[in-house]
Amino acid sequence: MGNDDKAREEPVFEARNITKRFPGVLALSNVNFRLVKGKVHALMGENGAGKSTLMKIIAGIYQADEGELYLHGKKVSLQTPKQALNHGISMIHQELSPILDMTIAENLFLGKEFCRGKFVDYKRMNQEASALLEKVGVSLHPSMRMKELTVSQMQMVEIAKALSYEAEIIIMDEPSATITEREISNLFRIIKSLKEEGKCIVYITHKMDEVFRIADEITVFRDGEYIGTYDSDKIDENQLVVKMVDRELTKIYPQRSNQIGDVVLKVENLGQSGVFEEISFELRKGEILGFSGLMGSGRTEVMNALFGITQPTSGSIYINGEELGKPKPRKAISKGIGYVTEDRKGNGLVLEMSVYDNTILPSLDKLSNKIGAVNRKQSMKVAEEYKEKLNIKTPSMQQMVKQLSGGNQQKIVLAKWLIQNPDVLIFDEPTRGIDVGAKTEIYKLVAKLAEEGKAIIFISSEMPEILGMSDRIIVFYEGRKQGELTRGEATQEKIMMYASDVNEGGAQE
Amino acid sequence: MKEKMKGFDRKWIQTYMLIFIVIGLGIILSFISRNFLTTTNLLNVLRQISINGILAIGMTIVCLTGGIDLSVGSIVAFSGIIAAGFLRDKEYPIVLVLLIAILAGGLLGLYNGYFVAYRNAAPFVVTLSMMTIARGMTYVYSNGRPISNLPTNFLAIGKGSIAGIPVPTIILILVFVLASIMLTKLKFGRYVYAVGGNENAAMVSGINVKWIKMMVYVLSGIACGIAAIILTARVSAGLPTAGESYELDAIAATVIGGTSLSGGRGRLWGTIVGAILLGIVNNGLDLLNVSSFYQQIVKGLIILGAILIDSKRNE
Ligand SMILES: Nc1ncnc2c1ncn2[C@@H]1O[C@H](COP(=O)(O)OP(=O)(O)OP(=O)(O)O)[C@@H](O)[C@H]1O
Ligand SMILES: [Mg+2]
Repeated sequence: MGNDDKAREEPVFEARNITKRFPGVLALSNVNFRLVKGKVHALMGENGAGKSTLMKIIAGIYQADEGELYLHGKKVSLQTPKQALNHGISMIHQELSPILDMTIAENLFLGKEFCRGKFVDYKRMNQEASALLEKVGVSLHPSMRMKELTVSQMQMVEIAKALSYEAEIIIMDEPSATITEREISNLFRIIKSLKEEGKCIVYITHKMDEVFRIADEITVFRDGEYIGTYDSDKIDENQLVVKMVDRELTKIYPQRSNQIGDVVLKVENLGQSGVFEEISFELRKGEILGFSGLMGSGRTEVMNALFGITQPTSGSIYINGEELGKPKPRKAISKGIGYVTEDRKGNGLVLEMSVYDNTILPSLDKLSNKIGAVNRKQSMKVAEEYKEKLNIKTPSMQQMVKQLSGGNQQKIVLAKWLIQNPDVLIFDEPTRGIDVGAKTEIYKLVAKLAEEGKAIIFISSEMPEILGMSDRIIVFYEGRKQGELTRGEATQEKIMMYASDVNEGGAQE
Repeated sequence: MKEKMKGFDRKWIQTYMLIFIVIGLGIILSFISRNFLTTTNLLNVLRQISINGILAIGMTIVCLTGGIDLSVGSIVAFSGIIAAGFLRDKEYPIVLVLLIAILAGGLLGLYNGYFVAYRNAAPFVVTLSMMTIARGMTYVYSNGRPISNLPTNFLAIGKGSIAGIPVPTIILILVFVLASIMLTKLKFGRYVYAVGGNENAAMVSGINVKWIKMMVYVLSGIACGIAAIILTARVSAGLPTAGESYELDAIAATVIGGTSLSGGRGRLWGTIVGAILLGIVNNGLDLLNVSSFYQQIVKGLIILGAILIDSKRNE
């Protein structure tokens, strides 16, 4: 070839002067973006900065209002995802959209089924699917239905699907938001090998540590504008944060002076056959109780049972010393429990309803009179108040939630429970998909709630978050409570030890 | 502020579009037929659409939760025959009979709702079964014969006018206003949309999802009872064959009005305009002496057109 060096310089892909408007929102304003062969390019920015929008334009889902796309120096027009795929561009979406009643193999090869003559060749499809799943390092049978999988397994299937196109450019929009540590390592291993094959990878994340682990170049967007592109070894975390949020973030985890009081919630030997067993813990007023463990270790399932979304098969729950009986969401809410669920699309939000409607949904009992007429003025006031408090970016309160960026959707789930002002608040992965700036805001908020005397359960798969926030930490392993640590004694190593059950031999004190 | 308006307008433009279509159609018809744009004819159209309008309101509420009610026509027949029976055989006060007819509709709706909400049965199947059950009960009650000889002051509900406006139309307006208030101002309405939009999210938000799902069928049943009274009064008899395929017209008006059959999205306002559109088309084709065979084809095409407009909006 001879001019190998030059080929490396020339971008494989370039987006120039892209502008995209949605009704009431300028999502992208004259941005530039280029990808170089064999490099991992991280795209960073606050929630609603326009990251997903640009990626969807590159993947042929949206069309830019202005600007051009170039592939290998030639101008291209990408009107549909199919065209983008034909040009070698595939994308892992931030919002999963698997067909739940189909098998893993059927989902993986949707639209490009293997056929023998006119008939679908299931045997071959399952074989190929197995190979793909193995490549991403998950051991699932390809004939399992998608609905049997956990969110993190679905995400891995989605990743496998994006790889199956053998595309030249692979866009990953927050692929790590829903997967476990181990799967993230797998993902990074895959990314490295793709890099060696000379592919271009776009990686979107809000997790700082990941960026520096994997990215070669970093592009920052702020409010739909292009801020700059940097070599990852020439910029540090603080500088990057300043570029993203345009201010310094001093302390990520707030100092707090919460007084721990009486027991408000007591759970005794709670079990659900085949899912978790013998879960007992106490939660006190003003306390932040962290729940750690690997994804799929049963933390969410315990909370679902506690809140009455599913039914526990044994054990009892006491609130302020009073037995709860058969849990039901209505009952739990009326007893002063709020639950920020982890799966915002599944049970957190009504995507087709407005920001306003979603925010006040669980509070309507309080916001309406005896005959059930909603006090609109008051409702709007509280909704607006929390929109300000959490800095939710939306063109209006009437905007459909579906049309907000992922992180802003998450903030609405938070808002709808905070309005309730419950005594006990369960946060299940509350910062998933939320940008650094907003994350610190949420930490502050949680700390403040604890100071006000609320009892808080804080579930997180992110180690620093759990360590930074909790007064006490319960570690789960395969549906069992494996250990309990106070703030003083908790370290990353100890948590990992409990969480992965390596201490079976009795290595603990 | 200006940008706020933009998003707002776009959402509503489809509704206006439907109104423009209705007005445009009216103008065309008034050119083609001299009889169209007369007070008598227009009032007649309003009278004709009243029954379908009321049924479509109930249907829309059911559809908003992601359900469907196929038993509408049969419940109309049952409530109507009950009303006629009570009016003829026994000497009950009319008001009481009206309540009984409405109650009968509501009870059959309750039965639908119970199985859909608390037994997790598919709405399509439950209401299909109710469709034949109610029809059968109607035949049993009436021995398959019409019940006529109803008191004249009862007949006024179907045939009379107040201040020039047909009574059925007044009832339709009342039902529409009440239902609109319920859907937009009461928390019940928010819950209906939430259940249709995302049942799990509604449940986690503490909404009694099952109760809501049941109540929408009760409301649809009540709408059937009201429509049955008007129908019985209009034809001066309780007919066991009454209301056949009314559910299809109600669904058509709902869909034309932009309500999504998968739930969570739709407006009553649109449904009424949909019912008016269907009424004007029928009336126009009647005036032009087009055979009812062709009318069916036209109706089908309108439904398809409405769906196409709607899917464009959702892009
Ligand atoms: N389909 C849509 N209709 C209207 N507005 C939209 C739509 N999609 C995105 N937006 C708006 O465009 C802006 C950019 O959104 P985008 O999803 O690109 O953000 P993001 O950078 O990916 O954020 P996050 O980190 O939260 O995922 C946001 O203000 C969002 O509300
Ligand atoms: Mg995004």
